[in-house]
Amino acid sequence: MNVQAWTFIMVATSFAIYIGVALWARARSTGDFYVAGGSVHPVVNGMATAADWMSAASFISMAGLISFMGRDGSVYLMGWTGGYVLLALLLAPYLRKFGKYTVPDFVGDRYYSQIARMVAVVCAIFVSFTYVTGQMRGVGIVFSRFLDVEITTGVFIGMGIVFFYAVLGGMKGITYTQVAQYCLLIFAYLVPAIFISMIMTGHVIPQFGFGATVTDGSGQYLLERLDGLNHALGFSAYTDGSKAMQDVFFITAALMVGTAGLPHVIVRFYTVPKVAAARISAGWALLFIALLYTTAPSVAAFARTNLLNTVADAPYEQAPEWFRNWETTGLIRFDDRNGDGRIQYTGPASEVENELFIDRDIMVLANPEIARLPDWVIGLVAAGGLAAALSTAAGLLLVISTAIAHDLFKRGLSRNISERTELITARFAAGIAVCIAGYFGINPPGFVAQVVAFAFGLAAASFFPAIILGIFSRRMNKEGAVTGMIIGISFTAIYIIYFKFLHPELNNSEHWWWGISPEGIGTLGMLLNFCTAWLISRFTPRPPRSVVEMVDRIRVPSGAGKAHEISI
Amino acid sequence: MAHRSKYKQYWRKNLQYLSILLTIWFAVSYGFGILLVDQLDQIRLGGFGLGFWFAQQGSIYIFVLIIFVYVWLMNRLDRKFGFDEKEHGDR
Repeated sequence: MNVQAWTFIMVATSFAIYIGVALWARARSTGDFYVAGGSVHPVVNGMATAADWMSAASFISMAGLISFMGRDGSVYLMGWTGGYVLLALLLAPYLRKFGKYTVPDFVGDRYYSQIARMVAVVCAIFVSFTYVTGQMRGVGIVFSRFLDVEITTGVFIGMGIVFFYAVLGGMKGITYTQVAQYCLLIFAYLVPAIFISMIMTGHVIPQFGFGATVTDGSGQYLLERLDGLNHALGFSAYTDGSKAMQDVFFITAALMVGTAGLPHVIVRFYTVPKVAAARISAGWALLFIALLYTTAPSVAAFARTNLLNTVADAPYEQAPEWFRNWETTGLIRFDDRNGDGRIQYTGPASEVENELFIDRDIMVLANPEIARLPDWVIGLVAAGGLAAALSTAAGLLLVISTAIAHDLFKRGLSRNISERTELITARFAAGIAVCIAGYFGINPPGFVAQVVAFAFGLAAASFFPAIILGIFSRRMNKEGAVTGMIIGISFTAIYIIYFKFLHPELNNSEHWWWGISPEGIGTLGMLLNFCTAWLISRFTPRPPRSVVEMVDRIRVPSGAGKAHEISI
Repeated sequence: MAHRSKYKQYWRKNLQYLSILLTIWFAVSYGFGILLVDQLDQIRLGGFGLGFWFAQQGSIYIFVLIIFVYVWLMNRLDRKFGFDEKEHGDR
């Protein structure tokens, strides 16, 4: 059997499982639809959260990014895991105790204000749409490379699957499909990593192989070898950074805080039965995520070493098969500038002109081929990439549909709609959202990569301070919180729009404020939000007594009840 | 007002745990992985510089540990103050 047949089998089997699970776990009430009835086991929720969180970016792009960035790639590793500590310690248990369905619910009730609720709804929808577009694109790319169909067809198939289980199953369906997707994606990530680690260093565990010696008998450490290869070709050393320290600091902080403020992650903690369960399930989630996130830097280093060994100064005529395969998709480009028929792949410090362009996204997908692993592994990786993209897409679509049906209609525009109507509205909204996401997956706006910085920056500068202050300050009032959110969002948005869209030519460290790039500016926006909120709240009336009592109630775990049974 | 003071004690203890755990969280990531990375890289751990190891591996392991320690501490605290959910949980 060839690669394509294996890929087809893997993908078809996984899709059949998702559909089966969705049929088994249909949503029957709004409680089922929004929070899976509030009865999900913490370990199950941890797995679902991990799949929800790890997107096409984590599975497909991250190791590739790190393999080109070296030590600077640490911002993603720490940023996208450290946020869970904040989530577990500062947000999850209290939001679970609060017991409503969504983030805008909390913001709206805690700050007794429809304006606050609407600001939160708009942010939640914007952040989620930004994200979901990238997922649909990821689905299309995997389909087009491995199953030889048009990207458009791939996106349609992905839309169909997500539509089926998100619209039908709601949060309940999504939760149990995400568990299946986590198992598949982690297996698909670890198998090639273990193979490659054994080939290159003789260690079964990639995390150890990463710091071990290479197997060619030279006794050289893998990272030393990699630094040497990078250096010889004019790249900076792999274990050294080239970003300014304050920028690394701010980007890491923005990613961490942004992670803790992302609505599709927060909402998962409403699905467990108790406060103690919310705490422990954040721990399980991070453990499951860490399995992939500690493997990713190992994969990055292996892939980089393999790539440089294979292509650097190799004759083009003898280029391996994977090289040709990816060339046809346009993700590898070779341009023989000096006409010597050899591939010169060089960095900025080299005198020889670079002739090879490699899209970072292909590193994980091409890795099994580069390391000549069996065909079924390649099919498995394709199915894993799809699982990662689909699970995140489904979680995001649910946030969008909940924001529209629950926050906008039920709690905002028309308060007296019945549960039945609300459920239909939610399903309808999910359906529309799938179509819009699919449209952008087929016709991606040129700025997808740029808007990702936006999503994290906005989540960091808006939700996070508002929620933290709502829990940890009894004095915080609506004037403070709303002004803080508006100032935080506006500042962050203006900075990013200025450098990313209006004046991209000025987007370098000479023009940035204190050397902070637009990716890291959300941290400053968050600090501004905190300061503004605190200052304004000192000069405006205290929050009403009932709100202070609510804050006191959410600070202790006892008496949580199920999410959909609480009414305050 | 016995309940009130019990509540205050509980919350103060909670904040104390949070500040200790978040200090560790800050130290292993921002401290060892970013601010002191070059100094720590002088110390070797197999093929890794220690700073590089913290930035790409160690900080993540410690993050996981922090959450599980927090869960253990808080469950113990809940029981001590009688704020645990046994009488309400799982219906």
